[in-house]
Amino acid sequence: MSEFVFLYRGGEGGRSPERAQQTMQKWMAWLKDLGAKGHIKDQGQPLERSGKLVKGKQKIVTDGPFAEAKDVVGGYTLIEARDLAQAVELSKGCPIFEVDGAVEVRPVMKMNV
Amino acid sequence: MGLDEHLFRREAGRMVATLTRIFGVHNLALAEDVVQDAFCRALEVWKFRGVPDNPSAWLMTTAKNRALDVLRRDRTVRNFAPELGRLLESEWTLVPAVEEQFEPHAIRDDELRMMFSCCHPKLTEEAQVALSLHILCGFSVDEVAGAFVSSHAAMEKRITRAKKVLARSKKLFDIVRGEDFTVRLPAVQRALYLLFNEGYHGASPESAVRTELCGEAMRLAGLLREYPPASTPATFALGALMCLHAARLPARLDSSGDLRSLFDQDRSRWDVGLVAEGQRLLDLSAAGPVLTEYHVEAAIAWVHTTAHEAGDTDWNTIVSLYDKLLAIRASPVVALNRAIAIAERDGPQRGLEEVHAIADSGRLVHYPFFHAALGEFELRCGRHETARDHFRRALAVARNTMERQFFEHRIGACERPTTSWHCSSCANE
Repeated sequence: MSEFVFLYRGGEGGRSPERAQQTMQKWMAWLKDLGAKGHIKDQGQPLERSGKLVKGKQKIVTDGPFAEAKDVVGGYTLIEARDLAQAVELSKGCPIFEVDGAVEVRPVMKMNV
Repeated sequence: MGLDEHLFRREAGRMVATLTRIFGVHNLALAEDVVQDAFCRALEVWKFRGVPDNPSAWLMTTAKNRALDVLRRDRTVRNFAPELGRLLESEWTLVPAVEEQFEPHAIRDDELRMMFSCCHPKLTEEAQVALSLHILCGFSVDEVAGAFVSSHAAMEKRITRAKKVLARSKKLFDIVRGEDFTVRLPAVQRALYLLFNEGYHGASPESAVRTELCGEAMRLAGLLREYPPASTPATFALGALMCLHAARLPARLDSSGDLRSLFDQDRSRWDVGLVAEGQRLLDLSAAGPVLTEYHVEAAIAWVHTTAHEAGDTDWNTIVSLYDKLLAIRASPVVALNRAIAIAERDGPQRGLEEVHAIADSGRLVHYPFFHAALGEFELRCGRHETARDHFRRALAVARNTMERQFFEHRIGACERPTTSWHCSSCANE
């Protein structure tokens, strides 16, 4: 098994209370299902959409957001899968696609390559 | 992790009502933004960490903290609720003042204030109902449009305009000292009645939506009953009629999802709990000399619930109740229902005469059950061809799949002469 990180990008925005609740329930069901199948190493955390950016030798501090709203990372999950292809397949069940978001699937580097 | 199916929607109404009270009605849009924000937060946090033990309290606290941020940030550039005025200006009083607004009894009063405010006399009844559903029940514009089978654009226009009227009304309706309380109360009752009716008789094809609209109307009517100045006999009667009608909802669709008329519903599926509650409220409504249309409609619904089968119905009483209803609030639909009751009591020929005598029946040509009633009477008189034409007209103006299926079955019945004589509703003729 290899490890992957799912980075959830975008997919926020104007939704009715009913839709927000449905979306949330779909997320919980999806994560639960991944967990039941042994694919979750760490469920991860939500991230505030704003923060600070510290940059350069001068360590200049600027306010976030650092990307356009549709590209901001809103959270992550640490996944276990056979290979990248399987990790990608697993990501396809994510409810974020219903709200125009994206999942970035990134393999975690191994010690011995 | 069990979460009420419509928790967000219901909390949205409570949160907007309370935030509007704090921010002032002119800042309605700001209140809506804060609510939206709270839901985004809940969505982000809960999906990773699970639903908190008390989700309602979590949402309310999030809204309260966000409100405090907004008040601190904007207090020099924006005017907030004039009633809270100076309390919001100093840090010493800000937090306790806001905390107090988030006490359960305060939230309930805010919901009532908002309910009365949504029934602004400058708004049409349709706009009042749409606005109430949007603000108090947390339905999005799309969801309101879906419930009323209206286009998104038309509903958006109606709600936007209604919100402007509300935001310009300077302050929320004063439910404690409002001099026009007794004037506004009937408008509120009427809006809740229309909301319930939209769910019960409306055109929305989805039975889920219908049940939700009825449920929301009943919830708001319950709030009205809890507030003594608003718990008048008419309010009890309104609650009674909602319960007695809602009791029949489970039987309106049979196991294959087909619409069942009152005459051939499986009455064992009526909700006995709601019948009992309806009866209790009907008793409470009898205090005092006032007889409203809600009293009469509740009484009609109650007479139906006392009949174990359609054949046992006391049509004599029902006809006389419809006579009363016509005297209180005449409408072609009431006249049509009266004609149906007369047909049940005196035979289909009398029913036809009554329908033809409806003064402004022109207003019913788009109402499918007008044509269906004529079809039913003609069929029972044995005039199958004429009956079929009426059912076809009903089919042409049917508003959803369930109604279409229902009328198609009736057209089918016209082609099988033998079956019509076994129709349950003519058994007592």
